[in-house]
Amino acid sequence: MKIHEYQAKEILRKFGVTTPNGIPCFSVDEAVSAAQKLGGKIWVVKAQIHAGGRGKGGGVKVAKSLDEVKSYASSILGMQLVTHQTGPDGQKVRRLLIEEGADIKKEYYVAALTDRATQKVAMMASSEGGMDIEEVAHKTPEKIIKVFVDPLVGLTDAQALELAKGIGVPEASQAQAVDAFKKLYTCYMETDASLAEINPLILEGNGNIKALDAKFNFDSNSLFRHEDIVAFRDLDEEDPAEIEASKFDLAYISLDGNIGCLVNGAGLAMATMDTIKLYGAEPANFLDVGGGATTEKVTEAFKIMLKNPKVKGILVNIFGGIMRCDTIATGVVAAAKEVHLSVPLVVRMKGTNEDLGKKILAESGLPIIAADTMAEAAEKIVAAVK
Amino acid sequence: MSILINKDTRVITQGITGKTGQFHTEKCQEYANGKNCFVAGVNPKKAGEKIFDIPIFASVKEAKAQTGATVSVIYVPPAGAAAAIWEACEADLDLAICITEGIPVRDMLVVRNKMKAKEAAGGKKTLLLGPNCPGLITPDEIKIGIMPGHIHRKGRIGVVSRSGTLTYEAVAQLTEIGLGQSSAVGIGGDPINGLKHIDVMKAFNDDPDTDAVIMIGEIGGPDEAEAAQWCKANMKKPIVGFIAGVTAPAGKRMGHAGALISGGADTADAKLAIMEECGFKVTRNPSEMGRLLKSLL
Repeated sequence: MKIHEYQAKEILRKFGVTTPNGIPCFSVDEAVSAAQKLGGKIWVVKAQIHAGGRGKGGGVKVAKSLDEVKSYASSILGMQLVTHQTGPDGQKVRRLLIEEGADIKKEYYVAALTDRATQKVAMMASSEGGMDIEEVAHKTPEKIIKVFVDPLVGLTDAQALELAKGIGVPEASQAQAVDAFKKLYTCYMETDASLAEINPLILEGNGNIKALDAKFNFDSNSLFRHEDIVAFRDLDEEDPAEIEASKFDLAYISLDGNIGCLVNGAGLAMATMDTIKLYGAEPANFLDVGGGATTEKVTEAFKIMLKNPKVKGILVNIFGGIMRCDTIATGVVAAAKEVHLSVPLVVRMKGTNEDLGKKILAESGLPIIAADTMAEAAEKIVAAVK
Repeated sequence: MSILINKDTRVITQGITGKTGQFHTEKCQEYANGKNCFVAGVNPKKAGEKIFDIPIFASVKEAKAQTGATVSVIYVPPAGAAAAIWEACEADLDLAICITEGIPVRDMLVVRNKMKAKEAAGGKKTLLLGPNCPGLITPDEIKIGIMPGHIHRKGRIGVVSRSGTLTYEAVAQLTEIGLGQSSAVGIGGDPINGLKHIDVMKAFNDDPDTDAVIMIGEIGGPDEAEAAQWCKANMKKPIVGFIAGVTAPAGKRMGHAGALISGGADTADAKLAIMEECGFKVTRNPSEMGRLLKSLL
């Protein structure tokens, strides 16, 4: 799960990491009064969307008067902000963060994430703050310093100091940097984050260390124990089809192609998508109905797939293990009838009660195209939509 | 022969009294030598009772002491599953197989590091398979987990995969063309897990009754690449490789918690290229895994 920058900073402050003062706003008026409340002479007007690269896309502006705050807030609120992470349509800006200006002397990068290879928490820091870290990793990997933290021990002072020195924090500010790194680590663990990134972490003219921008992702398996974080969820930032699917415990992700697919199991679902591509078309979605698919779940899955106007055909690929093919076949027939299916449907079934399942499909009176293998199914649906 | 388990393995079921635990314990008992293999269940509140004639004990330690079982299978719900893994480890079992899906990653990080610390201090090493996996099977001998037993057939091909249904797909293709399996192992779709591709490949390499292996991976993480490098230097048997997720977009979690592209080296294309370089016969068509393997024998 992702959250906004202002929410990320709220969490960081709770764990004692210093951030600039700022106020989230939903209208231009709120933005102006927020700037008045913050005081000072310089403010930053920041678009709040769940994507990086907001500055380059024109979603972050420095205002030197209240009039400028007003004019920037008016132009940014409601705009379709396009960044390298939003796709070509961009994301509509519905929230702003108005923040006091900062005296930036130097920008750093720091992040905590789970390292799969070592099964430890990786703390990564770089002298190249404010940039896309993947670009830094690609072009100048020597500028990224990493330490691996044993969760049974935590980030030690020595490790934190290694990071601070490694990225060139001046000696007078190293103690503050060490403190910030340790707090970021604690925050990462206690909130069950999968990524906690401060970029940039800044050194101010007076030697203070502050988190100027922050990004968090959370492990969705852990949300059951974090009501406060779940409350940060912003449904406007998520795909409506994915939200709808999650209500029925379906794992769904929208893609760009025109063949809808309904599969049991995440690996088989990806393999099915890949096979569709192999036969010359593109999948319209990833959809895993899981292990216990009922008629209701299959029907909802059909409805969600068909809401996508690009879908010109559907491929159902089921490997019946614990789930029996006849149960799925009954579900597919009921779903196809309920949604008055008007696009071609290819069904491939394998496993437990396969013959019974095929018989139910054949006797349904519906124009369902049967296939024996994944490859045959893909070939048939690609031919049917051409 | 086979890897990790056989007809003489004795198994404790942790979470035997839950709905999932009961359902699958019954199926596992019905399969091959299952009646003799599944000898104990654990539930502190129901110690002394029986379920399907299997005695229930208060702890894994006690179950082990009373029955001599050396392996456990875990169906405990996500919030308590990591603690169940640790209990199996503290009881010095040989192998714990965790089926549970949806365990918090932090819990897995902590328990994996506790397991490693115990081992480093000279304690017994307990292998972990999973979590979020279908389990493993040695056809006609024993099935521990949730896979459909009837698609398997005894034979000499090893199968290892992160995905459950994709394992079944490979197994069914092999069985259909007359090739049986020595063992089929699902290592699970979570980012922090126990046995990895490399560990299972090592076991298949050492197993005199395995002639060839199908290794199936998916997007995300470095495991398949690591296994491929090891195989290049050490593996004496032919391998067919497939990676799911050529069409998966970067940055999106594709069902499995671990199936997420986060760099450049963990895409399906990158992994397929490394596997090919390391001498695997790779295919981009998952319907061809079985036939391709047959062509290598």
